[in-house]
Amino acid sequence: MILTLLISLLLMQISVGGAGNTLSSASLRDPVRANAPERVSPAPEEPTSSDEINIGEIIFEHIGDEYEWHITEWKGKAIAIPLPCIVMEDGVHVFTAHHAAQNGYTFNENGKLINATTGKRPIDLSITKNVLALMFSTFLLLFIVLWTARWYRKHDALEEAPSGLAACMEPLIMMVHEMARENIGERDYRKFSPYLCMAFLWILFNNFLGIMPFFPGGANLTGNIAITLVLALCTFFTVNLNGTKHYYKEIFAPDVPGFLKPIMPVIEVFSAFMKPVSLTIRLFANMLAGHIMILSMVCIIFIVAKYGPLMTGSMTVVSVLFGVFLDALECLVAFIQAYVFTMLSSIYIGLARVHEE
Amino acid sequence: MNLVTPDFGLLFWMVVIFGLVFFLLAKFGFPIITDMVDKRNAKIAQSLKDADEIEARMAAWKTEHAQMLEETRRQQSAMLREATETKARIVADAKEAAKAEADKILSDAKLQIAAEKEAALRDVRKEVALLSVQVAEKVLRHEMAKDGSQRALMDQLVEEAQDANIRS
Repeated sequence: MILTLLISLLLMQISVGGAGNTLSSASLRDPVRANAPERVSPAPEEPTSSDEINIGEIIFEHIGDEYEWHITEWKGKAIAIPLPCIVMEDGVHVFTAHHAAQNGYTFNENGKLINATTGKRPIDLSITKNVLALMFSTFLLLFIVLWTARWYRKHDALEEAPSGLAACMEPLIMMVHEMARENIGERDYRKFSPYLCMAFLWILFNNFLGIMPFFPGGANLTGNIAITLVLALCTFFTVNLNGTKHYYKEIFAPDVPGFLKPIMPVIEVFSAFMKPVSLTIRLFANMLAGHIMILSMVCIIFIVAKYGPLMTGSMTVVSVLFGVFLDALECLVAFIQAYVFTMLSSIYIGLARVHEE
Repeated sequence: MNLVTPDFGLLFWMVVIFGLVFFLLAKFGFPIITDMVDKRNAKIAQSLKDADEIEARMAAWKTEHAQMLEETRRQQSAMLREATETKARIVADAKEAAKAEADKILSDAKLQIAAEKEAALRDVRKEVALLSVQVAEKVLRHEMAKDGSQRALMDQLVEEAQDANIRS
């Protein structure tokens, strides 16, 4: 809640600051995030030599998605991984962002591919920065968990203490497993434990990779509403496809006084649909807010740059200190949000698995 | 706003990749780990319970053992006392028996010695008698060699016999 309040405050500040403060790119050197201020728009038609930089734009580009993975700038040249744009419109078109124009596509004001002639969004399955980060982190998770499982396959866990990766992953996995048992109940928690483990570890991994300021981290995956929406929908379908008779009875025919009978199902159905929405927004907003706060701290340096070296120097110290503080806070939030999402999911599943005593 | 509109491409890839990896991990990843750890937890819980049980049994054994030890000690001292008594009695009995035996042996020996003495005396007497007869014979023969003396001897013998008859 506090974080969501902060995000709105910061967004206001950024829009004010972004309008008022424009800086020379030559003076930008970022002590916390090497690649942060030098970022310019990835859209190829925008000139990279622009002297004016908009702080709000910088932040939004960092937390958004793009068609190439810009890593840093080296001696004035952008080091970026070109990624394939895959567009489905009268067949499949594959090209890189630089060759969009040759294939009859251009970018809209949000930096998304549109058809150059009709101006419509095609079905865009491009491997964007976020998709690449998604692939990387998910397959990293796959590898790590399978490697951990391999340890348990090869060793007799009844005789040996886990070592290496298994020792590291076991507490995390068992924490979620125990949480599933507490919230879902001894009867059928085993069925849902893998999903909760997957959700927890996936969110945790991506939260931490998102905080990591350099490649292959730095993509704002869990602060992207599409990602959190998919996760919340997974929980929603898990809950409602596994609902027991009593769960549906409580929704559609709850045991309440007569005058409430017509109202309660409406409220219950609405609440069933609000649960995934709240899951989506909570994770999305918290992670997005964290990213924006850290980026804003970094950008303070450039906002105050025009007030002279003394002001810039002192504000640099302040912003670095706050940046470190916020990074530490984000590490905490990364864990808490993964935990909260998983715990709420397990509670929702537990509520759907009610049995008559 | 761009930030709050989910992008279809990302949605699609998220569903595909997350679904695929979830399928793989739900089949080959998490259940193996959690099952194994659950098994281990069960084993640890069982071991603890067993240990508690064993401890309780050990405590019971300990008291039992102490009781047995106490009992044994009592028995031992009783036996020792009994043994001492028995020993004393046996020694006393043995002493008595030995004394009786010794007395008997002594008296037997005395009797035997007396008998032996008697026998020896008898033998000596017999020997002496024989010797004296032989001596007498030799003397007689020697004496009888002379005529006069035969007569004198005859007289003397008769006299003596008369004396002996009278005395007896």
